[in-house]
Amino acid sequence: MSDVVTNQVNAAATKPEMMSWDSKTRRIITIYLPLAVFVFILLFPFYWMALTAFKPNAELLDYKTHNPFWITSPTLDHIKHLLFNTAYPRWLWITMLVAVASTFLSLLASTLAAYAIERLRFKGSPYVGLGIYLAYLVPQSILFIPLATVIVQFGLFDSPLALILVFPTFLVPFCTWLLIGYFKSIPYELEECALVDGATRLQILRKITLPLAVPGLISAGIFSFTLSWNEFIYSLAFIQSSANKTVPVAILTELVSGDVYQWGALMAGSLLGSLPVALFYSLFVDYYVSSLTGAVKE
Amino acid sequence: MALTTATAIDQVAVRTRRPNALARLFDNKLFLIFVCLTPAVGLLAVFLSYPLGLGIWLAFTDTTIGRRGVWIGLENFEYLLSDPLWWNAVFYSVLYTGVATIGKFALGFWLALLLNQHLPFKSMLRAIVLLPWIVPTVLSAIAFWWIYDPQFSIISYLLVDVLGWRETNIDFLGNPWSARFSLIAANIWRGIPFVAISLLAGLQTISPSLYEAAMLDGATPWQRFRHITLPMMMPILAIVMTFSIIFTFSDFQLVYAITRGGPVNSTHLLATLAFQRGIASGELAEGAAIAVSMIPFLVFATLFSYFGLGRRKWQQGSDNE
Repeated sequence: MSDVVTNQVNAAATKPEMMSWDSKTRRIITIYLPLAVFVFILLFPFYWMALTAFKPNAELLDYKTHNPFWITSPTLDHIKHLLFNTAYPRWLWITMLVAVASTFLSLLASTLAAYAIERLRFKGSPYVGLGIYLAYLVPQSILFIPLATVIVQFGLFDSPLALILVFPTFLVPFCTWLLIGYFKSIPYELEECALVDGATRLQILRKITLPLAVPGLISAGIFSFTLSWNEFIYSLAFIQSSANKTVPVAILTELVSGDVYQWGALMAGSLLGSLPVALFYSLFVDYYVSSLTGAVKE
Repeated sequence: MALTTATAIDQVAVRTRRPNALARLFDNKLFLIFVCLTPAVGLLAVFLSYPLGLGIWLAFTDTTIGRRGVWIGLENFEYLLSDPLWWNAVFYSVLYTGVATIGKFALGFWLALLLNQHLPFKSMLRAIVLLPWIVPTVLSAIAFWWIYDPQFSIISYLLVDVLGWRETNIDFLGNPWSARFSLIAANIWRGIPFVAISLLAGLQTISPSLYEAAMLDGATPWQRFRHITLPMMMPILAIVMTFSIIFTFSDFQLVYAITRGGPVNSTHLLATLAFQRGIASGELAEGAAIAVSMIPFLVFATLFSYFGLGRRKWQQGSDNE
């Protein structure tokens, strides 16, 4: 809406002697061309990844006789190799398990926390909120060394459970923050009515607040899922055995061996590892964007 | 007032209809607050606050893997100050953060301005633009590794075989300076979407009437950008930049995936150096000291971007702290 208005004003502001064709070329040069370059650069690595994943080795390593930008005889060899000769399905399963479980755990914890901070208002609630927000600013690369010793103390080293318990440390602050914003937008009168009618607090949370906060829960869930799917440093530091590795770590530590890199398999692995988040994301783009921008605005 | 009456009625209701002790317990506000906060605060305390404290303590001991250390004071830090590799990592971390942040914000702001125009397929464009941010960093880093391959780099192919601008392939990751800038380029690539989409959200809240008023007064496009867009965007720029600086300075995955700190340790960030010393070679205390040495830089960068860019109230937000 706003840009329509600006554009109309823009069009009105351009000098009267300028012909419409002129302003059109100008628009192409100043807007569409840079935009096309941006999109090309942002997407090229994915194109290259996909192309390499389906290219037979002969074409992959010979740019003289084959045009590198296209495949003449696509092959599924790299993907077959990945699925049947490596533990890739197992890594995918572990990654999925960890991402789903830690997302669920963080959603549970942050919904309750956000509800307590925003709705049950108590004396220190702004400080608890601030504390949780500050936790988001502590980068993982400061924490992983001491956290590794904590994980060892708890006897969780090399277990996916360690990741499930640790990932919420960066998911909970974000989700809580997002959900506080959502709860704020739900009129408090609704809860008061329910209280008057004799509903308990838990009933209110379950039957009134949560159903109304579903968009917020979806946003938080998607965000948590992609963040845990992408997590790297903790998975690298806390998991040792090949069978328990997550996809990002496994590709880098298990598929890269010796001096000869199997680029085809590496790219196939990266492509397959990106697909679940990309699919998940494309289904819920709007929620994702609103959570990203909503969190920044909050 | 309304609330207290409501609670009173509520308590009556509970007493008459639900004499169940458990239900009554869950209706006790204090108990409920406690129950609601325990999971989140508990997780954060055990896996965030405690390790943070432990990390600072470890930095003052000589702990290694398998051996409990004793307090040795500032020895680790004294050692780091005399260690050229640490200085190297500090230098590259600052360079990496500085150049990548400038690049990300210049290009991201530009992209946001472009996306703020009236365009066909706008929401699809927005979705496409965010892709580099969604895909696991390590996986796109591997794609960059392949793009930077000394022999089969597609960029070299373009420059040498197609355009004929160069005689030889570029050795992107083979020598220190080109490796440093190759990593920065990959980081900018990954950071643009986040910056662009966040700033786009800010741009959309600027009221068009401001631009109309400025145009009536005869402001040029540059003046409109300089005196309306930029000042209105400052609060959101400050927040996005704070986040971006923190996460760029403490970056780990990109460097670990593409160069692992090489060639000849020239691309170590503090985080990768901490990993190499702390986990890979087992010198937990030294690794912790390197990680702790990041804190002053992070605090400084945060304060700088937070106050330097002028934190004002978000123009349409209600009550920010």
